[in-house]
Amino acid sequence: MKTSGRARLTKAADALWHSRPRLCWDPSLGAQGRSRGRLCDKFTLRRHRRGRLCRSLILFGVLSVFSLSRTPSACAGEARAQAENEATPAAAAVETKASFFKTENKSVLVAIGVFACVFFGFLVQSKRGKSFYLRKIAGIAAIEEAVGRATEMGRPVVYVPGINEIEDIQTLASMAVLGHVSRMVADYDSSIIVPTRSPIVLSVCEETVKQSFAAAGRPDAYRPDNIRYLSGEQFAYTAGVDGIIMRERPAANIYLGGFFAESLILAETGFSSGAIQVAGTASIPQLPFFITACDYTLIAEEFYAASAYLSRDPKVISAIKTSDCLKVGILAALIVGLVLASFPRINPLWLAVFQGWF
Amino acid sequence: MLRDKAPVWITFIVGAFMVSKFFLNVPQVTKVAGELEQWCLIIVGISIVLGVVNILRVNLKVVANRGRDWGYKLALIVSMLGMTAVGIVELIVRKSIAGESVFQYLYRNVYTPLSATMFSLLAFFIASAAFRAFRARNFRAAVLLVAGAIVMIGRVPLGATIHPILPKLADWIMAYPNAAGQRGMVIGAALGVVATGLRVIFGIERPYLRGN
Repeated sequence: MKTSGRARLTKAADALWHSRPRLCWDPSLGAQGRSRGRLCDKFTLRRHRRGRLCRSLILFGVLSVFSLSRTPSACAGEARAQAENEATPAAAAVETKASFFKTENKSVLVAIGVFACVFFGFLVQSKRGKSFYLRKIAGIAAIEEAVGRATEMGRPVVYVPGINEIEDIQTLASMAVLGHVSRMVADYDSSIIVPTRSPIVLSVCEETVKQSFAAAGRPDAYRPDNIRYLSGEQFAYTAGVDGIIMRERPAANIYLGGFFAESLILAETGFSSGAIQVAGTASIPQLPFFITACDYTLIAEEFYAASAYLSRDPKVISAIKTSDCLKVGILAALIVGLVLASFPRINPLWLAVFQGWF
Repeated sequence: MLRDKAPVWITFIVGAFMVSKFFLNVPQVTKVAGELEQWCLIIVGISIVLGVVNILRVNLKVVANRGRDWGYKLALIVSMLGMTAVGIVELIVRKSIAGESVFQYLYRNVYTPLSATMFSLLAFFIASAAFRAFRARNFRAAVLLVAGAIVMIGRVPLGATIHPILPKLADWIMAYPNAAGQRGMVIGAALGVVATGLRVIFGIERPYLRGN
């Protein structure tokens, strides 16, 4: 019997679909996870990673080049035009108007655009089932150890969310970690004290801890009096926290957030009380004090990655991988700038364009 | 469901608007953004009531039950209510607490010395922290010790007296290795800020919302 044209088309489409090149992480290939398709016969996973890195760098470079509105020839032309304008007097008064877009911030817009593109790329990959590797950070693993120690000793955990307001990114990152820490405290049947400097942070902490205890199935163990507003003044708050540490004798102190001059006072007081201390901040000048006085310190970007580690949410991990990719791009830009500045034989206009762009 | 979705959408719209203010030169956008920032200040100012209520709730309970250290909590409540009363009376009588007023006198002569006392604890804590940190347990610790000693001695007149190279060496350590390390951390922190900010604006992470 002759097959119809439609059936032949369907058969051809099926053959085309089944012969498509398959990537190593294609979830449609079954439980084994590794493809036996054509592409993965030729490439190993390590070469895949190098390929992806190269493609990201090339994309970043192409976007930067296309976004550059000033080539060396254009710079030279503009310089000539500017010299001519300065030489001749203005013929008539010219009415000027500010442009719609702040051109001095165009590099930031391009960086945000690249960040968003790479982030959504990783997000799509994570939704397809790809797992990303994150290196181990001792400070984050130590948080659970600290909570366990507090449970064994029958003492509370003191969590200091920093002294900044709720709109500060460090405080928001600290709130994300507080949810996980209070969930651990509830699971381990311990107690947590959260002194705050801002009333709005107090409200957020109350809700966060309450919901975490409820999610752990221990709503009865939640103590609203343990979430305290101390003072809006920096050193009054510091004195209050020191008093809590000296009276309550916590087994674990966790300092995560934005800090200023009070960082060493808090950390040294906690050290003298014998508690295990984990600190994390993006306030660079305070890091040496925390590193000296605390057992574990999360330095800058590790602090922002803490919530990703604790939650293992693929979407949050995608943001961490995006930051890592952009670090490579920044490193490439640093090397280009170093070469342009170090070798004067290269066209100086390129250096001027590079400096003008950044 | 609206209770969970509405704050996320408000965050996205307001966050995207405030980010656009950084790039756009439109007077209307600048004006609206300025108004939103004023609203934020007003909300923060009003929220002090939450703090006062929390202090009274936590400490009055202990004072009423004569719990542990109830005397200190009573001192806290009395001083808080006392300063509040002085401020309110001065606002009613003098219409202002600025300038020469009892409120400013109490703040300058009671709180400021106490604050300075807490700040001065840093001197002793730095000494004890340095005593623990500057120990040559391994190569890296030895490098830290030597660099720290050179910078500390080079920054005081004694360093120039000992040898004129010490202040120059201290300046070089601060200007090159120290600055390079700090810049690396600042770049990493800045990328972390961007990543966290985008996560919050797009609603991927909602730390402000009921423990989510």
